[in-house]
Amino acid sequence: MTQTLIWTVVALIVIGVYLSWTAGRLDRLHSRIDAARAALDAQLLRRASVTQELATSGVLDPAASIVLYEAAHAARQAEEDQREVAESELSQALRAVFGEPEQMELVREAPGGEEAAGELAQAVRRVPMARRFHNDAVRAARALRRHRTVRWLRLAGHAPFPLAFEMDDEPPVALADRPA
Amino acid sequence: MRIGIVCPYSWDVPGGVQFHIRDLAEHLIRLGHEVSVLAPADDETPLPPYVVSAGRAVPVPYNGSVARLNFGFLSAARVRRWLHDNAFDVVHIHEPTSPSLGLLTCWAAQGPIVATFHTSNPRSRAMIAAYPILQPALEKISARIAVSEYARRTLVEHLGGDAVVIPNGVDVDFFARAEPKKEWQGETLGFIGRIDEPRKGLPVLMKALPRILTERPGARLLVAGRGDEEEAVASLPREMRSRVEFLGMVSDEDKARLLRSVDVYVAPNTGGESFGIILVEAMSAGAPVLAADLDAFAQVLDQGGAGELFANEDADALADAAIRLLGDEERREELSTRGSAHVRRFDWSTVGADVLAVYETVTDGAAAVDTDERAGGLRARLGL
Repeated sequence: MTQTLIWTVVALIVIGVYLSWTAGRLDRLHSRIDAARAALDAQLLRRASVTQELATSGVLDPAASIVLYEAAHAARQAEEDQREVAESELSQALRAVFGEPEQMELVREAPGGEEAAGELAQAVRRVPMARRFHNDAVRAARALRRHRTVRWLRLAGHAPFPLAFEMDDEPPVALADRPA
Repeated sequence: MRIGIVCPYSWDVPGGVQFHIRDLAEHLIRLGHEVSVLAPADDETPLPPYVVSAGRAVPVPYNGSVARLNFGFLSAARVRRWLHDNAFDVVHIHEPTSPSLGLLTCWAAQGPIVATFHTSNPRSRAMIAAYPILQPALEKISARIAVSEYARRTLVEHLGGDAVVIPNGVDVDFFARAEPKKEWQGETLGFIGRIDEPRKGLPVLMKALPRILTERPGARLLVAGRGDEEEAVASLPREMRSRVEFLGMVSDEDKARLLRSVDVYVAPNTGGESFGIILVEAMSAGAPVLAADLDAFAQVLDQGGAGELFANEDADALADAAIRLLGDEERREELSTRGSAHVRRFDWSTVGADVLAVYETVTDGAAAVDTDERAGGLRARLGL
């Protein structure tokens, strides 16, 4: 009798430790997603700001300026569910305007242009990076959350099911020093 | 930034990963960052000031060869102490799937962790069995770097998720400025690599050599690398053996001079390469490159734009291409010019900036790296 009781207690402790450890893993993954998402937001915002700065600087022709300004403005103001589309459109606008290396040369020649061009190049290359890290974290969390134990015991609590951030983040050729 | 780098392989034994870490650490230190490298090393080995020894590596059979790895209770304790004492902004682990310091660090640390995957091993049974054990540790990595598109593909296939591609770096100017050596010039083919390692492809080159030497009576082959020299030339006709020169192990300076001197650098590797740093070094030195068409090599050579490719393990194709190149100075000039321009993207100035961009992306707003108290905390919570 006592022996059965002892074994039951031992089994319960082992299960408890395992569950606590799994919950810890989930918690860590969720905070990793939060950090990655914050980093992605920061990079997207940086990209939109530099674009807007360039669009209002008067270095570019009026048509290109309007296209860029519109896209950057829309990306910054987009609602959460429209965000991916708006950011993709900003990528397309950037590719359309800075598709030719000559356009980039023009920006570099303007006063302060070297810096602006450097910032834009940095921003368009860091967005894909941050997005990959974010989606990688999302994938890891989703894999764990699909686990039977996690689903049945609701170890994830009320945390929303993580979603990947899907967008077109291909940088303009003239700004990517390196082919992907 | 305070950066901790973890090297999984013994610092005493030279190897690609170790050289990469050394160059990366020195580049970051030159930029004014604080860098500490944790690596397995013997007590007697003289270490550079930025390297901290994690104790002696133990030789164990792993993955088909004997690897010198660090594991066990003592190593884990050293990793924890190193993490705790340094309070890094970011920890950069190399080769996190090898059962050594990298994996231990993943297990013991929390905070921004960056990991570089160097090799692209085909999926092994051990890896599949180890997957549930690896996964909780690998989950902690906030950013993964693959050294080539090929390495990234295998990584995605085996472990899921994604990675950014940042190639290995080379100090391009070190090779570009090396002084050519007179006695290594004049219709010379170059080969650098372990002689007795069939994957490096010297046997393929030896099979192609008789025809090359017959067609080009002035040609010679220079071989730099460790291994049994007599065994290597055993397949050659006796009168041709004198036209193969063995230089043994060469210093970094001599390697650069050799690459500057040869007319064609040949890379007949048959597989197991995930990057091909030697091709980048050869291009840096302006040597026209002739390489096997492995995925990784084709990528480094811009799909044949910056160097010639031949069908892997095809000695006849190698011979044809080598004969053609040796007789066509214009083509060699062209390859040399294109290679020198192409190779700039592998210079440490570019690669280092990319690595730093990754560090900045993961540390933006994150707390510093510390030991993961959950692993030990659970024990503490239960009063053990």
